[in-house]
Amino acid sequence: MRAFFDMGGYAAFVWPAYAVTLAVVLLNILWAHRALERSRNEARRRLQIQGERR
Amino acid sequence: MNWTWFHRFASPPHVYALAARLTPWFAWPAALLILAGLWGGLVLAPPDYQQGDGFRILYVHAPSAWMSLMVYVTMAVAAAIGLIWRIKVAHAVAASCAPIGASFTFAALVTGALWGQPMWGTYWEWDPRLTSELVLLFLYLGYMGLRAGIEDTQRADRASAVLAVVGVVNVPIIHYSVTWWNSLHQAPSVMRLARPAMPVAMLLPLLLMLLGFTLFFIALLLVRLRGEVLARERAASWIREVVST
Repeated sequence: MRAFFDMGGYAAFVWPAYAVTLAVVLLNILWAHRALERSRNEARRRLQIQGERR
Repeated sequence: MNWTWFHRFASPPHVYALAARLTPWFAWPAALLILAGLWGGLVLAPPDYQQGDGFRILYVHAPSAWMSLMVYVTMAVAAAIGLIWRIKVAHAVAASCAPIGASFTFAALVTGALWGQPMWGTYWEWDPRLTSELVLLFLYLGYMGLRAGIEDTQRADRASAVLAVVGVVNVPIIHYSVTWWNSLHQAPSVMRLARPAMPVAMLLPLLLMLLGFTLFFIALLLVRLRGEVLARERAASWIREVVST
């Protein structure tokens, strides 16, 4: 187990590389859902404005 | 030839509903493939005879770099389709690609730097492969900046599409940079005509990661596409149904 985390002495490079990639993957999931939610809210607001004009 | 099927297929309400339905079919297989690839890459694959365990950066670096190029090509093709046939959904696809591609280009550069330091003795070098990949990041950022700077979505679509299409010349430059010029970066070991230069226990986890990241991209694209399609529709009645809940 110790050897696994040590990565043959390359731990200082291997784990940050994996951490950065994991962060990019997770942030992409978060950002994609946020972008969709923002568009849905904007569409809702547009419909409301149209409803008031009528 | 009858084109009605295509117009129905590219109609915004159809695309919105289809994207929502398809997302889990790409997201879950992507998660499983990436987990299997991580296990294979970090645990099962033997250490490299030259680089020891340091080579394991490959399993996050190569998929990130693959994403940076594949997403750009997808974006440029979608932008070209949008320009030529004036299909809104194609522009929506292109706009969805940019932030995904930019983030994975960033990941490719950072993981590459972290691999370069122990193996080449430097985090960064103005080398053809590294420099052209950095240009790719600027292309993505320029595309997003251009879009953000134009209020009208239709005009933003057209202007940014031209940039995306012109920028695609950078893709073969990145890919062939290691063979055209003397580069620090190694030559491709998977995507080449001869057999891959790797034992199966090393290669298989990489292929799982590449496929997993590709499916992950499609899932992300489908989620973002729904938002971009909504943003391009003004008074369509179908919107009321999909946003009321």
